[in-house]
Amino acid sequence: MTGTGANLVSFLAIGILVGCGVTLLLERSLSRVLLGVILISNGINLLIIFGGRPGGAPVAGVTDPAAMSDALPQAMVLTAIVITFGFTAFLLAISYRSWYLDGDDEVPDDIEDQRIKQRAARKEVSTVDFGEEPPELDPEQLDAPAPGRRRGEGPG
Amino acid sequence: MSALVPLPVLLPLLGAALTLLLANRPLPQRMVSVGSLSATLLVSVLLLMRAYQHGPLVVQIGAWPAPVGIVLVADQLAALMLVVSSAVTLCVLLYSIGQGQGETGESAPLAIFHPTYLVLTAGVTNAFLAGDLFNLYVGFEMLLAASFVLITLNGTRLRIRTGSTYVVVNVLASMIFLIAVGLVYAATGTLNLAHLAARLDALPDGVRLSLQLMLLLAFGIKAAVFPLSAWLPDSYPTAPAPVTAVFAGLLTKVGVYAIIRTQTLLFPGGQAGTLLLVVAGLTMLVGILGAVAQSDMKRLFSFTLVSHIGYMIFGVGLSTVAGLVGAIFYVVHHITIQTTLFLVAGLVEQRTGSTDLRRLGGLARVAPLLGLLFFVSAMNLAGIPPFSGFLGKLGLLQAGAAVGGALPWTLVAVGTITSLLTLYVASRAWSMAFWRVPCVTGNSNAPLPMLTVGATTALVVLGVALTVAAGPLFDVTTGAAVDLRERTPYIHAVLPGGPP
Repeated sequence: MTGTGANLVSFLAIGILVGCGVTLLLERSLSRVLLGVILISNGINLLIIFGGRPGGAPVAGVTDPAAMSDALPQAMVLTAIVITFGFTAFLLAISYRSWYLDGDDEVPDDIEDQRIKQRAARKEVSTVDFGEEPPELDPEQLDAPAPGRRRGEGPG
Repeated sequence: MSALVPLPVLLPLLGAALTLLLANRPLPQRMVSVGSLSATLLVSVLLLMRAYQHGPLVVQIGAWPAPVGIVLVADQLAALMLVVSSAVTLCVLLYSIGQGQGETGESAPLAIFHPTYLVLTAGVTNAFLAGDLFNLYVGFEMLLAASFVLITLNGTRLRIRTGSTYVVVNVLASMIFLIAVGLVYAATGTLNLAHLAARLDALPDGVRLSLQLMLLLAFGIKAAVFPLSAWLPDSYPTAPAPVTAVFAGLLTKVGVYAIIRTQTLLFPGGQAGTLLLVVAGLTMLVGILGAVAQSDMKRLFSFTLVSHIGYMIFGVGLSTVAGLVGAIFYVVHHITIQTTLFLVAGLVEQRTGSTDLRRLGGLARVAPLLGLLFFVSAMNLAGIPPFSGFLGKLGLLQAGAAVGGALPWTLVAVGTITSLLTLYVASRAWSMAFWRVPCVTGNSNAPLPMLTVGATTALVVLGVALTVAAGPLFDVTTGAAVDLRERTPYIHAVLPGGPP
């Protein structure tokens, strides 16, 4: 079978995959981020495949060399799939570990953001601005999950 | 001689396999990792000498000729990066052994630390040697996968919290890089860097610019250039000291290396020069202002790390030989110094149990050697003469002044201000931690392990030696920069018969 190469439908498919992936990537929950990563990487794999010349199976003796498809993008996609597989497994492990420790797998706020939020809650402009020592803030304490975020205790 | 070229990748990988097999035998495992990294350092030095005297060394993997097969290229820039990175990784490895990774509760399980660390090294060296875009991508992925494991070692809550940000951001950067690779292939039909250098010129300007910007975006995230740098200060400081040190020293610089390589070889003429200069200035200022606001030593150094990436981008953005010389010299200096500073911060943490500057004090009396190590490397970072930081900054500022024009002069001013602010930050950290009334807490009586202090001292000495050896080093960086600007030595070495 000879492929027809890139056409509008294939690019729409890539666009939809990547678009959905980006939407999921913007979510707070790591498992949705993971799904986003999977969708985007599949979209990219399609994009790479369509970057090569279409044609028959690139096997010597089976297809006339002039009618062969480009084998290089296929090799690259294979590598990319393996790499994405590894990353997916790792993200899954992280999100499980995060759920195990905190009862959810949300990506938390930046430390600086948390500091500003805490100061705003205490209606403190910034003691540093008046040349005083800032209030004690330990990253370890900041790390404690906000009340109400904890949905259930982990099995541990 | 060219058989040496794949060794910097192969040796750490073989070491990783062996250390994995020796997982439950600490002593042989350590010996294997130290051995493989020492051998890598030796090979890298040989490669640098060879590349300096006779031009780039090229290996066609599997004897497939250049545009088809995978090539590894050790030109002066790559070889210089190899030497510095393997020297630094070796020192950090010794430090981590001295620290007894895996023996105390908070540090890494010994069994996976060494193999992962060696894979990380192999990824870094592969990225430096890669002669085609896809192999560069593979190098990045190798070091990323290893860095994911290292940054979440032990899976404590804090490390998982910061690690998840790091992983998501870097996976995103890799995907952008992969899109760029796919588009480059679709547009030109090749991924070999030398071949691309010839073919990209034939593309329409718009296509070429968009490919250039895609690559810059991907490498910019990895190198933590300003609008893309927010992930770094949040994720680095929580990892164990040796891991943070090697990340800070090497990983961002691999991004900078990729920017230097692609900008000079693939997209000469500097269409993105103005963009790079603006971004460089913002990186310097925003980074150092962030550092001013910090009160934790490790976070503070993470911000100076971001800030000083700006200097290297400044040099690349100028796209003159002098600018590139400055940028490459600065990369060498910054790899050494930033790693040293994080190791010293690790020593402070070991000694006192904290890196919070508000809790520390009077360390100079308690631990004078620590004070000396900190002082020398902090002043080196700030660029006090006669240290190498001063030479690197001076080279860059001179290059900027030589170009002239409003934007380069603004950058010269920003660079000077950043340097002064770095001095302020460094001396504030020094006076808060090492002067004042001693209020050291924790296990302050426990002596520091000899090996950790020794490894840190070795790196401090290496940082100072960059000043002593500045003459030969400038020779090498000038040679590398001239080769980069001319492009022909690289292209001829990879494709002796000219591009097909």
